[in-house]
Order: sequence, then C-alpha cells, then structure tokens
Amino acid sequence: MQERTYDVAVIGGGAAGMAAAVEVRRQGLSCAIVERENQLGGILMQCIHNGFGVQEFKQELSGPEFAEEFMDLVADANTDVFLSTTVDSIEESEHGKELFCSPGTRPAGVFTAGLAQRLVNVEGYIPGKNVVIVGSGDIGLIMARRMTWVGAKVHGVVEIQPYPAGLTRNIVQCLNDFKIPLYLSHVVSRIDGQNRVEKVTVSPLVNGIPDEEQSFEIPCDTLLLSVGLVPENELSENAGVDISPITSGAVVDSTMMTSIPGIFSCGNVLHVHDLADYAAEEARRTGAYAVAWIQNKKPNRQVRIKAGANVRYVSPGMINPESPDKMYLRTLIVKNNAQLVMKVNNTIVKEKKLSHVQPSEMVSVKLTPKDVENWTLEPDSILEVSVQ
Amino acid sequence: MQSKSNAVGDRTKVDIAIIGAGISGACIARQLSAYEAEVALIEKEADVSFGVSKANSGIIHGGFHHSPKYLKTQLEIRGNLMYDRLQRELDFPFSRCGILVVALNDEEMKYIGHLYNQGVENGAIGIEMCSRERMFELEPKLESDCVGGLHAPGGGVIEPYRFVFSVVESAVKNGVHLLREFEVVKAERSGEKHIVHAADGRVVEARYVVNAAGLFADKISSIFGAEEFQITPRKGEYYLLDRKTKACPNRVLFPVPTKVSKGMLVIPTVEGTVLIGPTAEEIEDKTDLSTNADKLSQILDQARKMVPSVSQTDVIAAFSGLRPALLPEGDFYIDISEKAPNFIQVAGIQSPGLTAAPAIGEYVKDLLKKAGCRLTEKPDYDPIVKKLPRIRDYSPFEADELLKKDAAYGNLICRCEKISEAEIVAAIHAGHTTLDGVKYFTRAQMGRCQGGFCSYKIIKLIMRETGMEYDQITKNGRESVVLTGRL
Amino acid sequence: MSAAETKEMICISCPIGCRMTVYEENGSIVVKGNKCGRGKVYGEEEYLAPKRMVTCTVATDSEEFPRLPVRTTASIPKETIDELLQELYSMKITLPVKRGSSLIENYHDTGVDIIATMTLPGRA
Repeated sequence: MQERTYDVAVIGGGAAGMAAAVEVRRQGLSCAIVERENQLGGILMQCIHNGFGVQEFKQELSGPEFAEEFMDLVADANTDVFLSTTVDSIEESEHGKELFCSPGTRPAGVFTAGLAQRLVNVEGYIPGKNVVIVGSGDIGLIMARRMTWVGAKVHGVVEIQPYPAGLTRNIVQCLNDFKIPLYLSHVVSRIDGQNRVEKVTVSPLVNGIPDEEQSFEIPCDTLLLSVGLVPENELSENAGVDISPITSGAVVDSTMMTSIPGIFSCGNVLHVHDLADYAAEEARRTGAYAVAWIQNKKPNRQVRIKAGANVRYVSPGMINPESPDKMYLRTLIVKNNAQLVMKVNNTIVKEKKLSHVQPSEMVSVKLTPKDVENWTLEPDSILEVSVQ
Repeated sequence: MQSKSNAVGDRTKVDIAIIGAGISGACIARQLSAYEAEVALIEKEADVSFGVSKANSGIIHGGFHHSPKYLKTQLEIRGNLMYDRLQRELDFPFSRCGILVVALNDEEMKYIGHLYNQGVENGAIGIEMCSRERMFELEPKLESDCVGGLHAPGGGVIEPYRFVFSVVESAVKNGVHLLREFEVVKAERSGEKHIVHAADGRVVEARYVVNAAGLFADKISSIFGAEEFQITPRKGEYYLLDRKTKACPNRVLFPVPTKVSKGMLVIPTVEGTVLIGPTAEEIEDKTDLSTNADKLSQILDQARKMVPSVSQTDVIAAFSGLRPALLPEGDFYIDISEKAPNFIQVAGIQSPGLTAAPAIGEYVKDLLKKAGCRLTEKPDYDPIVKKLPRIRDYSPFEADELLKKDAAYGNLICRCEKISEAEIVAAIHAGHTTLDGVKYFTRAQMGRCQGGFCSYKIIKLIMRETGMEYDQITKNGRESVVLTGRL
Repeated sequence: MSAAETKEMICISCPIGCRMTVYEENGSIVVKGNKCGRGKVYGEEEYLAPKRMVTCTVATDSEEFPRLPVRTTASIPKETIDELLQELYSMKITLPVKRGSSLIENYHDTGVDIIATMTLPGRA
C-alpha cells in the first residue's frame, strides 16, 4: 500500500468530481481524483447524445465531449488522478427494484436503460429487437430514440405518474418524432416469458390501482427500466454521514459539508441533477467551500432550510445569511405560473415567479446579500421554501 | 468441471448414471465419488441446481415437523447431523442459527407440545418448549401476541444453490463426469446396460441409473419403463428483503404448521438478507415460475403476524420455486425399482429434501450395493474443496498480498456485493458460463442494482474466458439469450 | 396545391412545453398556442423544415474501443437522418482519432460535418 497526502481527495471522476477538483487546484491546494473506472468521465462517456455544456461551455456538446473538456481542465490544473481505484461504492444508480419485484416470470431481456445505453454505445451490442420502456426518465427516453436508430422497434413507454419524468424536449425528440406512445398513469403489471421476455401486461391506474379490465398486452422481447436515478451512498453511510430519506443523498450544510466535518458532498451522489452542467456548477462551489474550510473560514451562522408546501426537497439544507448562495429544489406539482415563496418566522422574505414547474425540472434559486438584508433572525429561525 | 462438448454421438460409458444435478443428485454423486466407480451426473439445464434446488427456503430443518413413520424424517435427522462436517470439507455458507416455531394463542401452544414430543421421538437434538419470556429472550423482534413456542437449536440456513455447486465441484474433483444440457429423451436396454439418449444426440451407457430428476422424476421413470407415478408441482412464492431491513430475526421463524404446509416463514439468510414465504399452491405446469401480485400481500400479512416490522419497502426481489410432491402421502420415494432393472428411484424429494440430501446420498449408495453394484473405497478420494478467496473478506492490507498473486482481485466487477474479476473468472472456469450461473456462484448481480452495472462486464469476461460469441451468452441456458445483435 | 397541412406540436424552446397548432394561411405560417416569441420561431421552423441533431457511433478497428461516438455539427433535415445512419453504420474508422476531427465533411452539401466526439487511442 502506498500513502499519499493531499489537501482534498475527490472520490469519483465524473462531471462533478472533475469540476470540484479543478476548483480546488485553481485555489492552489493539492488535490487528487480517485476514479473506479479506467478513464475519467463516469457515465458521461456512454451518453453520446447532445445537450451537454450549454451552461458550462456555452455550446451544445455530447456527453464524451463535455467530459473531455473537463479532462483537459483537470490536466491543465495538474491534478493527480488515480484510475481503476475503488474507494467503495459511491454513485447514483438506476433503481429497478419495483420491476424486479413485479409479478410474472424472470426471463432474460430485462435491462436498466443505463445498461442498455452502455451495451449499445460503448460495446456495440444490441440488447433486443422489440422494446418496451418502463418509466419515462431521461435515460429511458434517450434510449427510445437510440434503440430506434439501431433498428429496434420501441412499442411504448409506460409511466406510473400522470406526467413524464423526463425533460419535455426529450419527449418530443425521442418519442413524438418516432410516434412512440407514452402511457401516462400506467404500470407494467406483469412480465411473461419462459426464456426471454415474450410479453408484458400494461394496466392503467384507476384510483391508484391497476385496472384489470382495461389492461392490454404488448408482445416484446426486451424491457428497459428507467424509473429514475437514486444516489447510492454506501461509502457516505459507512463513514457515518447523515443521509436524507427524501433525496437518498447526504444532508449538507450551507457549505456543502456533510454531518461529518471535512466530508463534502456534491453532484448526483448528493441529489440527482437534470443536467451535468448543474452538477458541475454545484461541484465547483463545493470545491471552493472545501478550500475555505481548510483555510478555517467557517460560517458564523447558518439557518436551516425547510421544504414547505409542494416542495419535495431543497439542497443544500442550510443557508449562511452572511453569504447566501444558490439552492436547488424540486417541486411536487406540475403548474404554470407558479409562485416561489420564502418565509422566515412566517414572514415572507422573498417571492419569485416561476413560469412553469414540474417534478422532473429542477428549480434553482439564488439569494443575494440584498435579499437577506432585512431578515430578523431568532436563534431558532428557519427558512421555509414553498411553491404555490 | 467438464467443458462443454455437445457433439452428436458423444458417448460416455459409466457404471452409474445419475439423472438430475439438483441437491439429491449432487449428494449422491459426491457420495459415489468416494468409491471405485465411473459415475456420470446428468443435468438437462445449463448449470447444476437450476431446477427445484435453486429456489427454496434454504433451511436445514430441526427434525420435529414430521412423524417418525416417514422415510423423510429419518433422513432429515441423519442429514442434519452431516452438515457440520460437510461445511468443513466444502466451505459453503451455512449457519446453524436455530429455528423457532411461534405460537400466537393457546390452541397453537397445544400443537407446540405435539411438535416437541414428535421431535423428541425423532431424536432431534436439543429441542425445547419455550415460555413467552424465553421466546422474547431468543427473539426480541417477535409479535407481542406470542404466547410461547418451540426452539430447535440444530436448525439453520444455507444458500441452497451454493451448496449444490460445492458438492458437485467436490464430486467432479473426484472423477464424476458432469454432463450439462443433457435432456434425457429416450432409454433402452442393451445387454446389462442402460443406453441413455439426450435430445442433442449424446449418449450415456450405464449399468445402473439413479432417477433424481426432481419435478420430472415421473417422466424419467416412465422413459425407463419403471414405476408409474405422478409428481405434482407445488408452487412457493418468496420475497427477499434488503439487508437494511429492521425485520431480520436471529433465528428462522416458523408459524405453527397447517396440514398442508409448514406455513410462511421469516428467514434470516446466511448473506444477511431476509426471505419471507413461501406460499403453497398445487399447480399443473412444471415450468410455471411466475409470481403474482396478490401473493405478496398474503405473504407480508403472514410474516407480520410473527415480525410486525416486516415492511414492503424493504422488498428487493420476488421469485418462486416448485416443490416436487408425490401425493397423497408426500413422503420421499427412494427405492430400487421393481419394474426396471438396476434402476433406483429418488422421487418426491420436497421439504426437508435439502436437510436430508447428504443422508440420501448415503442411503442411495447402500441401495446400489443392495442392487448388486460393487463399490470399493477409493484410496485417493479427497473430500476437501479449497475455498476461493473473496476480496470482500479481506482488509485493504491483506488484499495487497492477494493482489500480488493475482491483480484481477483488485478489479471489482460487482460493486454491490464486492466481487472481483478473479472470482468471476474462477466461476467461469468452474463451468458456470451463464449469467445466472455466475450469479449463484459468486453473488455478482445479486445486490441492489440487480446487475445493472456489472452484467455487461460479466458478459465480456465469459466471452473472453470461454471464446463464446455474444449471441451464445444466456441468462440461464436454452433460449434465454441476452444480446440479440451487434452494430 | 393541396390544402395546407395542419401540424400539432409541442414547443421545446423551454420546459413549459406549449402545445401549438401550426398551419399555412394565405402564404404565411400561423402559430397558435405559443406563449412567447420563441415559440413562434420554433413553430415556423418545425412546420417548414424540421431539423434534428444526429448522434451515433461508428465501428473502429479496435477491440478495446469498438465504437467511436460521433455527431453532426448542426441539425440536419429530419428526412435525411435514416440515410445518414445507414452510412455511419457502414463506416469503419482506424484509430487513433481525436475529438472534433471530421469523418464526413459537408454531408450531402448541407454544410454539416460529422465529427468524432471522443478521443480514442490507437492500438498499443
């Protein structure tokens, strides 16, 4: 075993890891990235579709290009990189547990959308010919188009919620362009097949329960699961970091620090981001906070943030009233012309118009020092963020 | 294990052919591998234990559930006692955690008395009747309505497929010929020999045949012109709870049994997960391994009667298994056939078949002797199967040593269960060349992501190590191909 | 000329996703249902000549990196996508290749190039 000492160790060399490391190096501290795979880039390397980099690099790039832009920055910043080095599992993973538990048989032909993406885009294999996609997460939508473009027939996307889980533009470009039906408020209620998947039963939800009478069967040989990502936090948990039951990521304060001093969390391991650009932006801030912590610059005061009405979560979970920063939140509702309301001690301190909200679109809010000028803070004050 | 050579006309000549590489067949084969005899172990599936033995409760029973009049009871008691030595020799995951039968009212407590007396009569070691207080001392997670119960400290849990793999590995090491994907379709007599034909044209010649074909023992018996009987598949559905569940008991929990089954259990598996189930449903189709939505709530309700903290959100997988029941008695049928010459029946091996299996091996060996088969002990029989290192059992400092020997231990393939490339390669070299085979051998793909991250890596390793093409890789043999095309 | 077609579409200019009806009337394009000017522009373009970016992979001569990801440098007319895909699937690239290098220049006189989107090393 070798021993090396750095000011900051970044675990994971995806978009967030690289962005955090570059920031630490920019501020002159030593830093190493530890990455499990044999290259940096993480999941971006199999995301060959475009839509990355508009925020970060002001141009529309594919996943590998976005990753390579960051790799160049990492190299320019003289950051040490340890590849093929496993710290322990720390990542987001697509969870398919609902479907692995669904009634019927356990034939071959059931893949997570991420696995199918890897097989097609990196390895060059086609996982199936007649496909049904379960869940309308972005990776599933992207794979609907990709599978069509490699000659497979995609028979439909089945989404349990009454609204899609993925971005609108992916619904249009990946489903509507190919006339792939999207079954909202539907579930796959049964999988059948002796050796390989032969058919699935799709049922509409009526009062939250699959309706047998209106159920229909779709013959297919492949199921792709895209029921959303969840952060995997075994490493953080083993370190004793407090985990939020809502995001499945760590609970962090206004400086992105977890409940264990010196351990910071950002990117999709903290909460799942819509865009890699957002994850990178958050990570850069986190890198800066880590540097500040090492330099003993700590906030004098932090106010807890509470997710109020129609808000699923707000990340981070605290705000420094002397130096307010950006926060991300997800809503529980779909609404046009919504209103974001922030209250301290039941007094409205800020309102913001949101032209459209839906759970699949992350909302970002930045507070300025001016916003917090007039706050009257009691020792137990809480900032409550709600959407109306 | 034997490499695949499914050429038409392949002829294997042996003294004894065992049909079915499940728990019974495997134990019989290993028992016979200690003697000077050529033995073939024949399996119709792509890997051993892919039938009945794959999906069951994995319980080593405590010897009190059945009346002493049954053959299965005698073999259960004997088999249970053989497990400690087997584990020392073969090193499979096994824990003698003990069994509790939970009585929820006075009526049930009366039946506990009956079970206790039966257990004592059977010779079950160490069983005790427990007061309510004793039950809570043994199992604090119990439902507060528990009035008392039975404690059988000799009961335990194993991973059934892992056990079969180890037993077969030991048998093959001692000379047993393993023939996979060998589906027996025809048999005829030629002189003193059985000529056994596979669907793909391969042939096995054997002087003695042991029918350990599980669900299909009736069909095999009929192919050989032996006794006519019927095996009824009885389906059991199970749900697996994540390691994180708060409902993991210290011991296997049984309800008080009904006439038809031992009821639905809460089982702390050797790997730290919790298994709940099974249901018991007689069905027609011997290939029906489907699960059904209405059964989950039924199983959860039953499990919660013993452990209230069982939660649906902890469920990570559902599966079902079939028990091969020989009705109406439900006893084992292990005997020399009266109709077909040199043919031994091993049929109706349902619960407690796993517990009894080692004893079934001995029993069948004696039957073969009785039928005239000469068996002399092999001087070079080696009962030990060396444990393969598992990287997750090593600390980072110890791992350094292991990595010096083989760097592939440093390449983690399955993140959830922490399985290295070296372990997967070892599984492939041991003949487990399907995704499920690798899964059951190594546990790779068995964790939370259910193969989402690692299965493509495993596919590539199988291709690299065996030279198979991508379209030959299956989940579990036959037509269960994983990849349908290449760009 | 036949009666002008009416097209239903969802605007993708922003997450609101306005449902729009677009048709031709007296020689000009009418967009209805849009909430803003960007929607009108999107609707007109989508009505007259819908274009899409294409991202795909091509074969390489490497066993370690069997596929090279590629994309168009700009959107191309929707009806030409299938032909482009067929062309890409029949190509085989010799590594190494640098990100950004052109595999096809000025595809069918559209002014659009097909470029590699990943840097892949040559055979060791």
